[in-house]
Amino acid sequence: MEPISEVSGRAIPFGRKNVDTDVIIPAHWLKTISREGLGEGAFETVKKEQDSVFTDPEFAGAPILIAGDNFGCGSSREHAAWALLDMGITCVIAPSFSDIFASNAFKNGILTVALPQDAVDRLMEVAQTDPIDIDLQSQCVTTRFQDRFEFDIDPFRKHCLLNGLDEVGLTLEQGDTIKAHERRMETDLPFLAKAVGTAG
Amino acid sequence: MTKSARTLYEKIWDAHIVDQRDDGTCLIYIDRHLVHEVTSPQAFEALRLSGRTVRRPDLTLAVPDHNLPTTARTDANGAELPIADKQSAQQLAALRTNAPSFGIRYIDATDREQGIVHVVGPEQGFSLPGATIVCGDSHTACHGGIGALAFGIGTTELEHVLATQTLLLKQSKTMEVRVDGELAPGVTPKDLILHIIGVIGTAGGTGHVIEYRGKVFEDMSIEGRLTVCNMSIEGGARAGLVAPDEKTFAYLKGRPYAPRGADWDKAVAWWKSLATDPGATFDKSVVIDAADVQPTVTWGTSPEDVAPIGSAIPAPESYADPSKQQAVKVSLDYMGLEPGTRLKDIAVEHIFIGSCTNSRIEDIRAAAAVLKGRKKADSVKWAIVVPGSGLVKEQAEAEGLDKIITEAGLEWREPGCSACLAMNPDKVPAGERCASTSNRNFTGRQGPGSRTHLVSPAMAAAAAVTGKLTDVRELTG
Repeated sequence: MEPISEVSGRAIPFGRKNVDTDVIIPAHWLKTISREGLGEGAFETVKKEQDSVFTDPEFAGAPILIAGDNFGCGSSREHAAWALLDMGITCVIAPSFSDIFASNAFKNGILTVALPQDAVDRLMEVAQTDPIDIDLQSQCVTTRFQDRFEFDIDPFRKHCLLNGLDEVGLTLEQGDTIKAHERRMETDLPFLAKAVGTAG
Repeated sequence: MTKSARTLYEKIWDAHIVDQRDDGTCLIYIDRHLVHEVTSPQAFEALRLSGRTVRRPDLTLAVPDHNLPTTARTDANGAELPIADKQSAQQLAALRTNAPSFGIRYIDATDREQGIVHVVGPEQGFSLPGATIVCGDSHTACHGGIGALAFGIGTTELEHVLATQTLLLKQSKTMEVRVDGELAPGVTPKDLILHIIGVIGTAGGTGHVIEYRGKVFEDMSIEGRLTVCNMSIEGGARAGLVAPDEKTFAYLKGRPYAPRGADWDKAVAWWKSLATDPGATFDKSVVIDAADVQPTVTWGTSPEDVAPIGSAIPAPESYADPSKQQAVKVSLDYMGLEPGTRLKDIAVEHIFIGSCTNSRIEDIRAAAAVLKGRKKADSVKWAIVVPGSGLVKEQAEAEGLDKIITEAGLEWREPGCSACLAMNPDKVPAGERCASTSNRNFTGRQGPGSRTHLVSPAMAAAAAVTGKLTDVRELTG
């Protein structure tokens, strides 16, 4: 996972509420063997709407997405987070997120920033013409117009994002503890510690 | 600190704690990991991109099931037939490459041991009582039937298990579903679990691990327990279990991956110690009288939309909750059904006997017992029986069940997930109705626009004969 400390650039002013994971990535894109390439399917139905911000060349390659309440509700598909990453989005700003989406986003190194609706409204306005800066270390979102909005984040998630640590990487650091458990199992519960029987 | 009187779930949990964080999150060791082709490709890709390896390939077993067509896999010369759907073929090919390249044991589509991952695990003795078992599939709860703590995981969790053989988890609450008495003749474990889901609802087990207790489960076969535990997730519980007993030990003894010799004796002694202690308490308890359970079918698009076969479609207004009333209206509209219609008057055009819920030898026997000497109704367009594994298929053929099935006019297929989930060629057409022994009656589950009625294998066989939802007891006397 790539460490994240700052995200700076244009933001896609989407703003819609209750965006579910079927909107982020429709189900027919799930029959894939890769996390990559899903950006093409991201917001597939929204892209077909007239004057969609997702087809506006002004916002092509923008690293930030601004959305409305309850972003990422619906299924648990991790493809939603993968699709955003594939589009180049590493930060989503919204008044609130679904728990599962927020967790999947975190597990994939995407920063979710929850801000009050009025702050989000102001950022939507700025995003039309200017870039936005997010600083994870100081937990604030700023603009060139002296806007400054602070946000909360779970300290553990902040630490992981700043250092590019994923849960797999963190648990791998506990290799010795895991090894000790395996040794105990070999003595106490040897029949679980191996799966051989006659098949091995 | 462990409690003095503990439940089966708590004992298994305690035995697998590798580390505990201050916030109560535990690093839990995973004893067995089953892998199939749909949810694993991205996890393998992530390992490859980060240069990570699989910590315990020896505790991991891969087998394809979801995408496989259930028609012949080889031609007359034994050469493998190609898979027409390119994306299915690609997912299957990815598993065939990924598993061996990470040192994981792989059962191929053309091997005799191939089958649905949740049938293969217990059948091979790979799944064991007291083990923690995961798979990227929510029906992993199934393995609780032999007394394992088994649950489904997402793709990042799958990668976590591959790389570390552990998962970061918070302990679930405990829930007891107690059923005493005896199931009436013609009432099967599938009817019972449908009835239970009807009682507790699809969110009844959320946040809990269910232990199925009482005389009915003690009397039940291992196949029956696997069927019950399989659908724990439809009741909202990530896992469900039945305490291992002499039946469990007899079922597992001598299976390919099961322990042997001194290990076996040690295993049995430990397994016997796992039963919930007298005095242990559950966070939630539901008691059901076996005498209340009838042959049960679903009429809607949620697994909690169940009714005894002798009843009629309920009216939306019969529900107190306005949101449920609305859901029932939408569901009946999708199903093309009217309130008040007798369930026995509902005609079905398709029959599916199979899936990880009901494709074991006992299920095939139950279907064959009904089909013997009878014929499929002409109005039934398509009726398939799909054994859960190559070994189930061999056993059924050795007993002559395939002959009974084909003579009745049903098709006898190759093992796989088949018409349970519309990821392979076995689908139910839009607007048509299927009596199905699978586990989900969701909108579009068996194909876009498909209408599913969940039933037991005996009830599905009875529907094949009459062309309508039928009380199997009236057919077989």
